[in-house]
Amino acid sequence: MNYTEQHIWELLTTIADPEIPVLSIVDLGIVRGVTLYPQANEQGFAGEIIITPTYSGCPAMDMIRLHINLAMTENNWPKLLVKQQLSPVWTTDWMTENGKKQLQAYGIAPPQGKAINETYLEDAVVPCPQCNSTHTTLISAFGSTSCKALFKCDSCQEPFDYFKCH
Amino acid sequence: MNIYWNQQWPAHIQYALFLADNALILAQQHSKWCGKGPILEQDIALSNIALDYLGQARNFYQLAAEELNQLEGVQFYTEDSLAYHRTDRNFVNLLLTELEQPNWGHCVLKTFLYSSFASLVFQKLMHIQAGELTAIAEKSNKELAYHKRWSQDWVIRLGDGTAESNTIMQQALNQIWPYAGECFIPANFETVFWQNHPSFFHELEKEWMDYLQTIFTEATLQLPAKQAWQTGGKQGIHTEQMGYVLAEMQYLQRTYPNSVW
Ligand SMILES: [Zn+2]
Repeated sequence: MNYTEQHIWELLTTIADPEIPVLSIVDLGIVRGVTLYPQANEQGFAGEIIITPTYSGCPAMDMIRLHINLAMTENNWPKLLVKQQLSPVWTTDWMTENGKKQLQAYGIAPPQGKAINETYLEDAVVPCPQCNSTHTTLISAFGSTSCKALFKCDSCQEPFDYFKCH
Repeated sequence: MNIYWNQQWPAHIQYALFLADNALILAQQHSKWCGKGPILEQDIALSNIALDYLGQARNFYQLAAEELNQLEGVQFYTEDSLAYHRTDRNFVNLLLTELEQPNWGHCVLKTFLYSSFASLVFQKLMHIQAGELTAIAEKSNKELAYHKRWSQDWVIRLGDGTAESNTIMQQALNQIWPYAGECFIPANFETVFWQNHPSFFHELEKEWMDYLQTIFTEATLQLPAKQAWQTGGKQGIHTEQMGYVLAEMQYLQRTYPNSVW
């Protein structure tokens, strides 16, 4: 065997969320575990990867599953079983600091504070990813994808997406 | 003959199908508004909410199919066969979810009633050990918090808005209210499911009604006079609307059975 669980984790950092191409699925915090079996099972799987969806209706999950096994094939590694697990429930607190920086640089304001605090969007202080001004206003709690809300900046006048706490 | 509903099925499977049907039918009714919302941002909001409900429905159907397939001597079920091959008599969704949504007032009021009701049920599911059902409830509840907040704001904004918006909201409430009671009048499978928690339905009714009353008061809306509740959805006896909903939703699978992408 010429690869380890660590190699697979590294491979997973190259797989992007289809809806936010600058964010890897590891930085997004949806990979919950990688396990290699001592030997391939009857279905030919060499191990398993556990992922958890961000939102129930997230259409990216099927795509992510496909991309993982495409990447494995490209490395001539055997296929892995990609399992979906709902509990414990995904939260934006699992997003890495690196992931938050990538989001910001891409023009999406990263989640502010801990999801557990349940601050309402109307009360959240979200700095503008373009000019860093904190004079921003919520336009809509629901944005271009399930995970985002729409804000506008009152300083530079630009609208922007906010990855909302969840 | 394919069996798509059987009262002998274990209560937790019937309960999963009830939660799945509610979410699916509401998703279908909300989806019809895609492209028709009053402004772009709100159009997107309602479409996002529909997507959340569709995702929740898929999780509940997948669970129900998995559990059904472990029973002896049953046909093979999938999330798709449960959604597309059942007739109106097999669906056990609340009548509330299938009602027409002729204007924005109906859209936000149905979302408000359903999300606040479901959120209470899911919170209680999170406190009992119901396995994967509890996991789906926990996942869904985070999404429902956003739906509840959004629809509550709309109910208040339109109710306590102009004379015209108040009239439209009040009319929507008068039409939809008779269907609210079905939420806390238990069907047989619910009574069995919650048998170790006998006060469940009583508490649900009280907590839900207190919350609704608070918001309707703030919205300056009057609850209609007490009347008999409209029921039957959970027994598969639906309103006329349900036939139209299913005809549209199931059209492709009825015309080309078992076709896939
Ligand atoms: Zn700015």
